[in-house]
Amino acid sequence: MSVETHEAVHRHEPPTSFIRKYIFSLDHKVIGIQYILLALVAVIVGMAMSVLMRMNLSWPGTNWPILATLFPGGAPGGVINPEFYLSLVTMHGTIMVFFVLTTAPQGGFGNYFLPIQIGAEDMAFPVLNMLSFWVTLVGFIVILSAIFFSGSASTIGPIGGWTGYAPLSALGQIAGPGQGMGMNLWIISIAIFCVGSLLGALNFITTLLNMRTRGMSLMRMPLTCWAWFTTAVLALLSFPVLLGGGILLLLDRLAGTSFFIPGGLYVSGILSGTNPSFPVHTGGSPILWQHLFWFFGHPEVYIAILPGMGATSHILSTFARKPVFGYRAMVFAIFAIGLLGFFVWGHHMFISGMSPYSAMTFSILTLSIGVPSAVKTFNWLGTLWGARIRFTTPMLFAIGFVSLFVAGGITGLVLGQTSLDLPMHDTYFVLAHFHLVMGVASIFGMFAATYFWFPKMFGRMMSESLGKIHFWITFVGVYCIFVPMHVMGLVGMPRRYAQFTEYTFLTRLHPLVVFVSVVAIITVLTQFLFYFNLIWSIFKGKKAGANPWDATTLEWTTASPPPHDNFAGVLPVVYRGPYEFAVPGAPNDFVMQTEPETETERVGGNGHNGHRH
Amino acid sequence: MATTVTGTKPLTKTGFGGGSKSRGPNGNGSPKRNGHRDAFFDSRSAVNRYRIGMWVAMASILMLFTALSSAYIVRAASANDWQPLRMPRVLLLSTALIIFSSVTLEFARRKLKSGEQSAHKRLLVLTALLGLGFLGSQLFAWRGLARQGIYISSNPHSSFFYLLTATHGMHLLGGLAGLGFLMSRSRLSTDDELAAAKRQAQTDAVSLYWHFMDFLWIYLFLLLFLWRQQ
Repeated sequence: MSVETHEAVHRHEPPTSFIRKYIFSLDHKVIGIQYILLALVAVIVGMAMSVLMRMNLSWPGTNWPILATLFPGGAPGGVINPEFYLSLVTMHGTIMVFFVLTTAPQGGFGNYFLPIQIGAEDMAFPVLNMLSFWVTLVGFIVILSAIFFSGSASTIGPIGGWTGYAPLSALGQIAGPGQGMGMNLWIISIAIFCVGSLLGALNFITTLLNMRTRGMSLMRMPLTCWAWFTTAVLALLSFPVLLGGGILLLLDRLAGTSFFIPGGLYVSGILSGTNPSFPVHTGGSPILWQHLFWFFGHPEVYIAILPGMGATSHILSTFARKPVFGYRAMVFAIFAIGLLGFFVWGHHMFISGMSPYSAMTFSILTLSIGVPSAVKTFNWLGTLWGARIRFTTPMLFAIGFVSLFVAGGITGLVLGQTSLDLPMHDTYFVLAHFHLVMGVASIFGMFAATYFWFPKMFGRMMSESLGKIHFWITFVGVYCIFVPMHVMGLVGMPRRYAQFTEYTFLTRLHPLVVFVSVVAIITVLTQFLFYFNLIWSIFKGKKAGANPWDATTLEWTTASPPPHDNFAGVLPVVYRGPYEFAVPGAPNDFVMQTEPETETERVGGNGHNGHRH
Repeated sequence: MATTVTGTKPLTKTGFGGGSKSRGPNGNGSPKRNGHRDAFFDSRSAVNRYRIGMWVAMASILMLFTALSSAYIVRAASANDWQPLRMPRVLLLSTALIIFSSVTLEFARRKLKSGEQSAHKRLLVLTALLGLGFLGSQLFAWRGLARQGIYISSNPHSSFFYLLTATHGMHLLGGLAGLGFLMSRSRLSTDDELAAAKRQAQTDAVSLYWHFMDFLWIYLFLLLFLWRQQ
């Protein structure tokens, strides 16, 4: 069998039935869009919950008649009760972290663009890919069902935060509202989600290692691929730990084991073992759950943000019309962040009590993440330095990502120090820190990715003017929301409290709380502009060619949208690195990766590694 | 058999992910080859995904058992309510069965390589039977404990015993499904070179998994009954 006959493999035609083409599709592009749709639905649920929380914080005790109709148990007479608020906290966090920040960047954009960017026809295991989406969707349905079957009338879902700390989460109904069926469903949903993510991660890693097209050496991959790859490695190694912890937690709840439940607990007026509703427990370790959870939890925040970093690097280079500054350093920085991410979980547990020596170790390791993060930031700035920047909407969001990453990351250096973390940990300071850096920054990365790749996915451009309005309101909005929260945290406002009316030292913060809520509601409403832009542009957007942004990577060599097998049966051959912008002597200011080397390049020895300019 | 025109190494030579030990045809970082070698698109490379995928999956499963082991070690050290189980004798039979099944599967894999289809299939069936025997023996151990009144909630050691054996058993069921898949493939003809290479890769992947389950059981066995005896 010769190479040529193998390469000229016949075109793969798409399946014709609607169900095989759009529902149970094996096509990574359709699966990617399914993931993005899932995230777009989940984020509305999560945002609605945050608006309810803000309403309760700013105008406590107000009667909202509509809430009385929607949640007769949670808001009797239209006034949100504390249990309802706490279940909102839990569900908002869980849905946002798992079903938005983990699905859209990796499952969505990664699925769609990783195979195209490395020049493959599809993922390595298309059936597993389909399964990973459908398993994830089942997880989402289970978490939504926790809203309706929470086991207590006054909550929508469990109470426990997205971290589900034991022993509260391990005790069952006896521990109070939101600890019954809703908590079981929450754990089961997370476990299902773990399985879905693992199938996805397995596929990403194998695809990237095995299916790169000819000439696509590792160091010629776009930085997006590196980011998705590192993310997949993180998911592969961290989700099993959460799964293990989840199994133990579920056994504690359902099988009467004592992995996380210590002995001698006195809950709701009952001593452990003195009543059939509270069987005897001895010797479990609540801290063990925290270790297992955060061993997953910290890599998880990088799972959320690394794809955004990849997209940002990619987009900054494209619209700065310059090669990424320090490609190789960027690759190592991604890997360093991923690797260090596995050794810092203890910084979430400084206030749980730990030996000062371990705390110091975790602190030093945490602060050292600042080094690769700074490498990335300065390389982004280096990429922008002296460039004639094209300020398109994706570029604005990518720059916004850099800004938010720095603004949110800098407080990480504050919180990474044990002595500072101790007073600040359970305040709005932490809340503001992680919302800026892992929440909003990741979402900005995904906005940038959406505006950037939309023309490739649907063959039409998104509206630039709507996009710019969306950007500016969102960008100013998120700063107006989260910067005041740092101040609240420094004053000492604790997080996860349903209301602060009884704390006199916090009353002077109330105008700030109201301001944050008003801005939050405006920012949330602005997001519907984005939804409108998405839907409108699919049908009415300006037609886009194959390469509307004058970009260089492989996805821009094929049609928009790409055919079922991505490259119409002829796999591209790669001759150069991914960011060859402004190459001296080249006819255009960009050179596609598929452009063969010229004679001078070959003689000069350039072009072997895309990052040497 | 599965030979490739363009490859320079025999198909069955396995390194990481079953690929060649050298830096391979991807040209990762080597300025001399840099991915231009024609060998990249041979069937060997395309079917390697099964081996790579299996290594990746095993890393993930290993992390699950690492998490459970660390929970075991922490829990064993953190309280004085640990009551060690007496090892059910039948676990020695389990261990013997699963080690033997690994041997038969390795023979099955070699028979496929040398083209002895019927011997290959017979050994696959034998391996699956040994695997079922292992699971039966594990269930027998459970029943023995239950008869003594030791259940999952009885004490931390029994909790972990049931949990770890059940988790391992579920993964072994996956291995049995893999064996079933290989048996369903054994009727297919292997005249086509690519199909033959693919089947070999799938067989390699399943046997990797099976041996992994074997080692995992031995590890769990030692952890459960040697880590903390008093």
